[in-house]
Amino acid sequence: MTAADINRTILAVWRIEQPRLITSLSRMLRDVPLAEELTQEALLAALEHWPAAGVPENPGAWLMAVAKRRALDQLRRSRMLARKHTMIAWDLEQEQQAVPDFDAALDDDTGDELLRLIFTACHPLLSREARAALALRMICGLTTEEIARAFLLPDATIAQRIVRAKRTLSQSGLAYETPRGEELSERLASVLEVVYLIFNEGYTAARGEHWLRPQLCQDALRIGRVLTSIAPREPEVHGLLALMELNVSRAAARTDAAGEPILLLEQNRALWDQLQIRRGMQALARAHALGGAGGFYALQAAIIACHAQAATAGETDWPRISGLYTALAAVVRSPIIELNRAVAVGMAEGPQAALAIVDRLVDEPALKNYHLLESVRGDLLHKLGRYDEARAAFEAAAALAGNKREQELLKRRAADAAMS
Amino acid sequence: MRFMFIVTHPGPPGNPTPELMEAVHKLADREIKAGRMLDSGGLMPVATGAQVRIKDGKLSGIDGPFVEAKEVIGGYAIFELRDKEEALASAKEFMQLHRDHMPGWEGTCELRGFAGP
Repeated sequence: MTAADINRTILAVWRIEQPRLITSLSRMLRDVPLAEELTQEALLAALEHWPAAGVPENPGAWLMAVAKRRALDQLRRSRMLARKHTMIAWDLEQEQQAVPDFDAALDDDTGDELLRLIFTACHPLLSREARAALALRMICGLTTEEIARAFLLPDATIAQRIVRAKRTLSQSGLAYETPRGEELSERLASVLEVVYLIFNEGYTAARGEHWLRPQLCQDALRIGRVLTSIAPREPEVHGLLALMELNVSRAAARTDAAGEPILLLEQNRALWDQLQIRRGMQALARAHALGGAGGFYALQAAIIACHAQAATAGETDWPRISGLYTALAAVVRSPIIELNRAVAVGMAEGPQAALAIVDRLVDEPALKNYHLLESVRGDLLHKLGRYDEARAAFEAAAALAGNKREQELLKRRAADAAMS
Repeated sequence: MRFMFIVTHPGPPGNPTPELMEAVHKLADREIKAGRMLDSGGLMPVATGAQVRIKDGKLSGIDGPFVEAKEVIGGYAIFELRDKEEALASAKEFMQLHRDHMPGWEGTCELRGFAGP
């Protein structure tokens, strides 16, 4: 094995073991940022020792022993400083001498601890970007370099983001806390927002970019699945997982051989991943069973599910999709959602009803430079036989489109309208 | 990357020890909760299956039981993992359980990546 091979092996073991290391340590130290730092030291110790000594037979136990030793040292140091932790340190020493139960990973207790960890890493006090970096680091065990490559940013930027975020948590006294009661749903929203941010960062990555970028979808899915196991009663957790599983099921069909995007209705449905769709549908069913059918993520998942369940584009249940968009627009007022609703209404009821919605959006400041608004308008006008107006709309859309291929397509449609 | 783990062992399987069963369930539970294991299943004995073969250009279906196979597939699991190293680390942990809880057992866990689009 080359040194690079050994490093990859160590990082693989690390990603498997890291959650229980950091949860054990944060329970010992009652301080998540500190626990994170000391588990990183365990990784460094492995990177230092294993290349020469080989990967131990039970690598998890090795890492846990090192991490706990660091934590005990830390507690001893703070005891010398402030003789406060005598009892805790003594207890821990006793515990250390007993045979530790390393297999107790992710049992109920560890689940609570992991939930606390995620809530801390995704604290609303931190910027969304900082939350994303901390979550990838603490939950998925990614290194700073991996996170930087995935987000197309310099290593130093991510490193600084993580250091600052941990400092913010430590200084604000929020280093170890679990939200309860009413605060819980607000805090959960902050977690889900970050998971979805990570997912979308990977989902919008172009083919040919570093593989770590699309991998972000899988990282977000991992966090999403972890969340469903440690917060199983929260419908939106299942809703978000459903949305991600269903979206990622189309990954293989989303681009052509040249890497150009293929629109959903034109995709080869045989390439949609049925295992992923099944998992998505199960998660959506759970969200519904928990009474969460009207949630922000569950509604979006239900829309995607309509596509996933249609054997052909022609069999899509547009009236249902249009109804789901109406429900979604009632949850979040967003001109983009309204535009999507218009497309669904156009498919379900015809272009006239859809155009009425789109025309109400023309003065929306948020859509002022959004080429898809004019593109949808052009399409509806064309269907209504109002060709001059359609041509003008497609031309306006082409002028706003950032992507050359899209520009060409829109110009072609403008020319078609001119000849009709 | 998606991987399939296929567990094979020589000849008729001995019943797994309760300790092994428990350890494997625990590991599977952890892997599902960690979002890595997507699907898994154990297979019924070879004798209850059937084979459809092409030999010398002829197609034939044969019901079990068969002449004892050298290697028998006992079960499979499907994982979504970052890379082959992660798959290897995971398979080693799984096989180590067999060594710890069912002394004398021999077998193979083969891991294969899914062919991409």
